[in-house]
Amino acid sequence: MLWLAVHFPALALEVFPGAAQASTPFAVATRRERGEILIANACAARAGVATGMPVSAACTLAPQLAVRPHDAGAERRALEGAALWAGQFTPLVSLRAQRCALLAEIGGGLKLFGGLDALLARVRTGLKELGYEALLACAPAPAAAELLAHAGFELALDTCEAMRTQINRLPLGCLDVSSETIAALAALGLRTLGECLALPADGLARRFGPALVDQLRRALGEMPDPQPPFTPPERYAGKLALPAPAETVEGLGFGLQRMLGELCGLLATRNLGATAFALALGHEDHPATRIGLKLSVPSRDAQHLLALARERLARIELPGRVTELGVALESSAQLAPRLFSLFGKSEGSAESRAQLIERLRARLGEAAVCGLQLIPDHRPELAFREAEPASGQNGAAAGELRRPDASRPSRPLWLVQPPHPLAERGGTPWLAGPLALDAGPERIASGWWDGHDVRRDYFVARTARGARVWVYREASGWFLHGLFA
Amino acid sequence: MAAALQSLLERSPLVWRGGAPAAVARPSVPTGFAQLDRLLPGGGWPGGALTELIAEDEGIGEVSLFGPALARLSVEDERWIAFVAPPHFLYAPALANLGIDLARIVLIRPTRPQETLWAAEQTLRSGAASAMLAWLPAPNERSLRKLSLAAETGRAMGVYFPAAQAMRHATPAALRLRLAARDGKSLLTITKRRGGGECAPLPLDLRTR
Repeated sequence: MLWLAVHFPALALEVFPGAAQASTPFAVATRRERGEILIANACAARAGVATGMPVSAACTLAPQLAVRPHDAGAERRALEGAALWAGQFTPLVSLRAQRCALLAEIGGGLKLFGGLDALLARVRTGLKELGYEALLACAPAPAAAELLAHAGFELALDTCEAMRTQINRLPLGCLDVSSETIAALAALGLRTLGECLALPADGLARRFGPALVDQLRRALGEMPDPQPPFTPPERYAGKLALPAPAETVEGLGFGLQRMLGELCGLLATRNLGATAFALALGHEDHPATRIGLKLSVPSRDAQHLLALARERLARIELPGRVTELGVALESSAQLAPRLFSLFGKSEGSAESRAQLIERLRARLGEAAVCGLQLIPDHRPELAFREAEPASGQNGAAAGELRRPDASRPSRPLWLVQPPHPLAERGGTPWLAGPLALDAGPERIASGWWDGHDVRRDYFVARTARGARVWVYREASGWFLHGLFA
Repeated sequence: MAAALQSLLERSPLVWRGGAPAAVARPSVPTGFAQLDRLLPGGGWPGGALTELIAEDEGIGEVSLFGPALARLSVEDERWIAFVAPPHFLYAPALANLGIDLARIVLIRPTRPQETLWAAEQTLRSGAASAMLAWLPAPNERSLRKLSLAAETGRAMGVYFPAAQAMRHATPAALRLRLAARDGKSLLTITKRRGGGECAPLPLDLRTR
C-alpha cells in the first residue's frame, strides 16, 4: 500500500474561485462576532493583512478588503469535488475534512500512470488547473502521509524505515490534537514526534489519553488504520459562490475550469463521456440563467468542455451580475473506444472533427453549421438538403477518386434561390445585357403529384462579361437559377 | 568553394534563385491542371498556407478552379472540407459532379460578419479540416496573418475570396491569383507566388459539369 496525502493549506480562500489570484484584496474571517482573519490573498498580504488579525484592523490596512465568513460547508464541498477528480487515479479516496486533506491509495496504479514521479506530476498539474495550492506527501501508512503533508514535508517515502525516520523528525504542531495538549507536551520539553515516541507509551496514554498514542502508532504503521472510502454521487452537480459578483462572463472562467475539471475526473472514473451538461448562473435579483450544452460525440476533455462553455457564454446577454455558478452533468455515454492507428495518424480523428463542429455551433448557433446531402429528385431546388455534417455519404469506395462524370447534366455550384426573374428583350433573356444560350434546353417536368409542379426548360447561358449562368424558361418567363462559380 | 556554394543552393529552402519556383516545406495539393501545376512552387495549391483568389465576376469558375483538388482531398483525407460564408447556396449536385465526397463537406454560415473571420480561423487551426474556402467581408493584413498561421498549424489548405474593396492590401497569402473570363475560357493570372515572379496569364477550361 502506498498512500498519497493531499493537504490544501489555503482551502478556506480557494473555495472562492479566483480569489487567491485576484488583484483586489480578499480575505476569509472567522464567523465570530469580532472576527479574526483566517487567511488573506496575496494582494491583501502585500497591504499587511495577516492571519489572526482582527477584521477591523485589516480593513484599516486595506480599505477595499472584501471579507467573507469562513464557510465550512463550501470547504467540505470543495474537498468532495477534489475527491471526485482524484477518483480517476485510484478507486480508494478518503476525505479528511477536519484537516483539509484527501487521502488516496495509489500503490495499485503506479504502473498504469508511468511511475510515482509521473503520477505525482499529473496530480500536481491537475490540482493547479482546478485552482488549488496543494502539498503532496506519500507514505506506506495513511496517517504518516497525512502528517507529512500537513507539516509541509513534501516527501515520497516508499519504505517503512524511511517513513519512521521522517515521522520522528516531525514537529509536534502537526499532530491532530487540541492546542492545549500540544502546549502541555511542549511544557514537558518535547519538540518532535520522535521525542514523544521515546517516552513510555502507557504513561503517555494515562496522561494525555489513548487518542494521542493511537495517532502516533498509526503514523508509524503499527496499528490498523482503515480509511472510510469516499463514494462519488451518481450525477455530478457542482456549485460555487463567486468571490465578487461577476459583471461579465470572463469572471466565470476560474469556477468553470474547476467544476468541469471535477466533472471530467468523475467521468474518467466511470469511463464515460459527457453528452449533455448544463450551466446555471445565479443572480442577485433575477431567476437563475440556465444554459444547456449538447455534444454530438461524448467527451471528457475538460479543455474542450471549457471552450464550448466559453463560446456559449460569449453569446448570451446576462440579465444581472452573477453571484453563483453551477455545473451539472445531464447525460453521459460510453466513450467510443479509441483506435490507435499503426502509423500514429491521430490528427483529424473523428473526435477532433466532431469537436470542431461543436465549437463552431457553440458560438454561431446550431443552424449555422451543417453538411449537405443529395436527394433523388429531378427538381433542382429539391435535389439536396442540409443535414448533419458527415451524413451525406455518396457511396464512393474509400480511397477511390471519383472522376467527374461527363454523362451527368451540368449543374452550377451556386444556386440562386428563390430564382431571380429575368427580363426578356427581343426573344432573348436579359441579365445586364443579352444572354447567349450555350447549351440546352434540358427539360425538367416533375412534381405534379405534390403540389410543387415544375415545368421548365434549362439552359446554360453566357453573360456579356463572360460569366456562365444557369437560366430556365417556364410559362411565366425567364429566370436565373444558378451561377457556374 | 564552388562545390560548397552549389550544395547550399541545392539543399537550403531558404535560398531562392530567380526564375525557379522555390522549394516548399509543406506538401502541396495538385491542382488537376498540368499547365498550372508547373507554374506553382511544390507543383500544386500550397498546403498549410493561404491562397487568395480575386474573381473579376461571379460565375466564371472561381470555385471550380479548386474542384479537382477538393475532389482529391475528399477521398484521400478524412478531414472536413469547409465552406465559410459562401455568398449563395452551395449546390450539392454540382459538388457531386465535381467528384467531391459530400460526407466531407461542412457549410459554416455565420450570421454576423465579424464571426466569419473567427470561424475561418477556428476551422483552419483545428487540424480537423483539410481545406477551407472562405468569403471574407473585409480582411485586413493582421487578420489574414492570423489565418495564415492557423492554416500552418492545422495543416490545411486555406483559400479566401476577399470582397472587392480589399484588393489592394498586402497579404501573407502564399499565392495570389486573379481570375477573369475571356472568350469562353477563364484566364488565370498569378500575381504572387513564393519564389517566383510574374508569369503569363494562363487560359483554363473551367466549364464544370
